[in-house]
Amino acid sequence: MTEAEFRSYYGQPVLKPPNWHEPHMPVYLYLGGLSGASSVMAAMARMSGHDRLALAARIAAFAGAGVGSGFLISELGRPERFLHMLRVLKFTSPMSVGSWTLAAHGGLTAACLLSAVTGRLRLAGDAATVASVVTGPIMATYTGVLLADTAVPAWHGARRELPFLFVGSALASAGAVGMLTTPRQEAAPARTAATVGAVLETAAGFVMERRLGIEGEPYRKGRAGLLMKASRGLTLGGGLLATVAGRSRALTALSGLAITAGALCTRFGMLEAGRASALDPRYTVVPQRERAGGLTVVPDPGSSQA
Amino acid sequence: MVGNGRQDKQFGTGRMACSHAQDDTGTLTFGLLDEEGVAYVEIERGRRYAFFTDSSICIGCKACEVACKEWNGVPDDGFVFRATSYDNTGHLGSDTWRHVAFIEQDGRWLMSSDVCKHCTHAACLDVCPTGALFRTEFDTVVVQPDICNGCGYCVPACPFGVIERRESDGRAWKCTMCYDRLRGGMEPACAKACPTDSIQFGPLDELRERAQARLDRLHADGVEEARLYGESPDDGVGGTGAFFLLLDDPEVYGLPPDPVVTTRDLPQMWRWAGGAALTLVGAAMASFLRRR
Repeated sequence: MTEAEFRSYYGQPVLKPPNWHEPHMPVYLYLGGLSGASSVMAAMARMSGHDRLALAARIAAFAGAGVGSGFLISELGRPERFLHMLRVLKFTSPMSVGSWTLAAHGGLTAACLLSAVTGRLRLAGDAATVASVVTGPIMATYTGVLLADTAVPAWHGARRELPFLFVGSALASAGAVGMLTTPRQEAAPARTAATVGAVLETAAGFVMERRLGIEGEPYRKGRAGLLMKASRGLTLGGGLLATVAGRSRALTALSGLAITAGALCTRFGMLEAGRASALDPRYTVVPQRERAGGLTVVPDPGSSQA
Repeated sequence: MVGNGRQDKQFGTGRMACSHAQDDTGTLTFGLLDEEGVAYVEIERGRRYAFFTDSSICIGCKACEVACKEWNGVPDDGFVFRATSYDNTGHLGSDTWRHVAFIEQDGRWLMSSDVCKHCTHAACLDVCPTGALFRTEFDTVVVQPDICNGCGYCVPACPFGVIERRESDGRAWKCTMCYDRLRGGMEPACAKACPTDSIQFGPLDELRERAQARLDRLHADGVEEARLYGESPDDGVGGTGAFFLLLDDPEVYGLPPDPVVTTRDLPQMWRWAGGAALTLVGAAMASFLRRR
């Protein structure tokens, strides 16, 4: 159908927009991803003998999960009931899976860090590090499923690319924090991770916007469009800069901060695009109407379901 | 009621006087009369109950909105002149569980009382992480206010934009199909108050038959534009527990033309996420394979 034929109830939204608060929700999305990717990086660094980087990544993994949990809890309408998240485990709810993952991941990253700092129970600490290689990637990806499993057209339409976008951004964030907090001569893997992550996020975003039809419009328009553009510039710029950032502290700082800012812009942009997508009935009605096959479907009295 | 042997006689006699309820289907589900001539219905646990809202006989009186607010103690949702129509409620939300839409077209006015659809496959219930949302013994979908922690996930999950977080008390709210009344053997307040029987309450299977008969009748009378909405178990939400007879496209009433429960795609989404998770591990590993 053409957009001229689009009809609605006085232009009012069909859907309710996500009413998650800023900065809580987008900052949690960033910190959760950072924590997840950092724990994977910590395990790799530990195994390959990059002990300084391993410590930095363990701190980032723990801090991301800890501070992220704080943001998540304060976002709840009833923060004192945050433990209700662990009343049940529901596989139909990405938020339930995410809450349990966050609880496990938070515990594991705390154990990793505690063992590294105190020097005690090193075997247990290393076991926790290995276990966090399982919880970490779930932390970095479940948020993609969380957004995609909603009626918001811009999010549900992007269900294939969202986990890759978030994983790329998480890896770049972890790389950025790693190179900002580790001496340059030991931070080479962090710089590589930052570049790889930035390229992955950019590629996923590119594919997403190419594949989405009208549902993808909110990523290009208004405040969300600005944030997504800023995100792309900062992430890709910072990621490419990371390839030469080993040469000086200034370049390292510039690259790391650009990637971090880009990752935050991605999360704020995603939330804003979701809001815009839910608030404009065009994005809900036009794709569904196309699916339902044209306007004014008068059912055949004989064939209707009784 | 099942169990206590009590006979429920809460359904008013007003229903009996309504000619609509006695149309050509010949069945009067609620037309059970006791010895004093008072109509009643038995509400059985384990049976699916529903609303059939026949918008062709809605007169836009908003008695349903008022009855709902009164019975359920729903807070004020603001008194706003929207200047688009006689609709001064706007939309369903945390403080509006029945909403009468007014569509002023050339030559006709359309009115329809919207409500939570109590979907067969309910996205809000699927995604609720606390179990606050549950399916009742009447196959309706209800939020437990003492469990809900206000995560807000059900809000964007609902394909009909029904459920909403009430920011003043931090929890999600929506129509309960008067769960407390059903348990007490009474029909929901909105259906009880509807003066034209535009809102009908009853067992879903019986309402579907009645709706089909009404649709056939309207088509026979030349009202070609009449169509049912949400009645088919084959739609994207498995059919709704509150379905409608409409006289125009659903989107004109603010309803989605082809709603889908997105958890339907959840296995696919987790597969993509699994691919992304493996990519993360692989990419991180590759970052360490290079120079020391």
